[in-house]
Amino acid sequence: MVQVTVKLFATLRNNREKEMRMDLASGAAPKDIIDRLNIAQEEAAIIMINGRGAKLDTVLKDNDIVSIFPPVGGG
Amino acid sequence: MNKFIRVDMTTKQVTIEEVPAKYAGLGGRALTSNFVADEVKPTCHALGKNNKIIFAPGLLSGTTAPNSGRISVGAKSPLTGTIKESNSGGSFSQKMAKAGIKALVIEGMPTDDKFYVIKMDVNGAAIEEAPEEILGGCGNYKAIEVLSAKYGEKVGIALAGPAGEHRLPTANISFKDPEGNMRSAGRGGLGAVLGSKKVKAVVIDDTGAGAVPIADPEKFRAASKVFSKALLDHPVAGQGLAAYGTDVLINILNEAGGLPANNFTSGRIEHNDNISGETLNATITERGGEGKVSHGCHPGCIIRCSQWYPDKDGKYITSGFEYETIWGLGADAGIKDLDEIAYIDRAMDDIGVDSIETAVAVATAMEGGLLPWGDGKAVLDAVKQIAVPTPLGRILGGGTAVVGKVCGLFRTPVVKDQAIPAYDPRPIKGIGLTYATTPMGADHTAGYCISGNILKVGADIDPLKKDGQIEYARAMQIGTAAVDSTGMCLFVYFGIADNPGGYQALIDMINAQYGTELTAADVDKLGESVLKVERAFNKAAGFTNAHDRLPEFFEYEPCAPHNVVWDFTPEEIDEVYNF
Repeated sequence: MVQVTVKLFATLRNNREKEMRMDLASGAAPKDIIDRLNIAQEEAAIIMINGRGAKLDTVLKDNDIVSIFPPVGGG
Repeated sequence: MNKFIRVDMTTKQVTIEEVPAKYAGLGGRALTSNFVADEVKPTCHALGKNNKIIFAPGLLSGTTAPNSGRISVGAKSPLTGTIKESNSGGSFSQKMAKAGIKALVIEGMPTDDKFYVIKMDVNGAAIEEAPEEILGGCGNYKAIEVLSAKYGEKVGIALAGPAGEHRLPTANISFKDPEGNMRSAGRGGLGAVLGSKKVKAVVIDDTGAGAVPIADPEKFRAASKVFSKALLDHPVAGQGLAAYGTDVLINILNEAGGLPANNFTSGRIEHNDNISGETLNATITERGGEGKVSHGCHPGCIIRCSQWYPDKDGKYITSGFEYETIWGLGADAGIKDLDEIAYIDRAMDDIGVDSIETAVAVATAMEGGLLPWGDGKAVLDAVKQIAVPTPLGRILGGGTAVVGKVCGLFRTPVVKDQAIPAYDPRPIKGIGLTYATTPMGADHTAGYCISGNILKVGADIDPLKKDGQIEYARAMQIGTAAVDSTGMCLFVYFGIADNPGGYQALIDMINAQYGTELTAADVDKLGESVLKVERAFNKAAGFTNAHDRLPEFFEYEPCAPHNVVWDFTPEEIDEVYNF
């Protein structure tokens, strides 16, 4: 089992906590987090693990911080 | 657009010419930069009589194309000493285009000490003395009221604020928006050029103007529809920017470790929730009153990234409250209160200074001991001194490079003396290449590599690695130079970057308006030619590739949390402009 911190931003915070601890099975990936939170894959446009870009299937380690963003832009 | 207006402030003569043939197919940045390269002596003093300033609507401005209301202003910059194009929203560009004015050039310099207003309409232009009450420290909000009362509520206005009157290198040019607030051609001190020519304001009255001529109206309408749909269907251009404004970037840059903090000594802050776009949205929504979560800066804007930020009683404080400003004051200078930042933003707009240059100058002044870290009240007081100007006001109004020198600092975040904006180049390497090489001095909008490095729009590049960054920074700068010539807001990029049909529709609109047969390759060539013209001007002004470098401290001070340095070699940086 791994325990991670999940941080959500912008519209993903609608009806969800903005930050939470989550227990996941060993070998779990961000895809498992968004499934559990009922976030559609296209809504999870940007995923970072510990501040580095990650993919839906990047394997998580204990104490990782996973940040998930919908499509955002500015400048 | 068949009129090319020249105003000579030495002789007070107005000349209306036919558009020179070589400028007929150009607009916006392509026109301003070609003109400056053709007519301004590269080694002239930017505040002397030999500099010229040009205002030009983009190619599509004045039409019904969505988001086509950008005005480009060009001159030699008193901040950087390079060529400069700075563009802005507001209603000026559309009115100028409708009145058939391809460009306004202001040259020479009066020998008397009076300030003037240039009034343009469908018949041409006239020079009038500026009303006494808008001079000598009058804020821009009040000046717009006075000028609107005098010339008509619906006129477009370009304005040099108190900072411009004092010819300070941070001075911007403010443009009236549809509600009488303002947007800015912020970067590069062009307000000081206007002030040096004793022009307080330019007014455009488009009463009596017809529609902009369109060669093939049917084709134009069809293309415009496809283009609008591309913008509205995109989650960023169609929804995200309207909901959270550009300030949504605070949290994503903070998570990525690329949010410059405490004068570029770290890439992450702890008080991000105080100043984030999510908080901005919630605060405006909760306070209600005059607050608006989304707002367009010109008629026809469908992206609506702007907003009205109200105080606790719901009364308007400021609008166009941008990520860059909030980052500069909130993270780089460490001010933790969004209301304090809003009042400083309002003061900067009112005085007419670039809110990026000034915010970074403030943070640099904190490192130099001129201001206490994170003290919003002290900063508000100091910024207001720019309008007087007191010695401290002049130092801040001199910009970041001046503050760094006055304070004896080596950690001065500038390229070509222009402040580095809200993305640290050590953990986000693509944007560092743009800062280093653009002819404009450090400018994120000149090639917004954040898009593919962080936002995953248009490309997917690891921001911490060098791979692919040189080619990407080159392509983004070329594409941007082209978009800056169309009158389009740069944010249309989000809608068309991954949508070839949307991009083609943009080209189709230009072809339908002008009866041309441009292809995507032609548009790229236009972008390349603009950059080459700008770079040639800079070379003649004394700039070499040795100036295309980031400040040295980025090479030896690692940026937390990723603890990385800037590691592109000079040879690699020079590859960006190898085309």
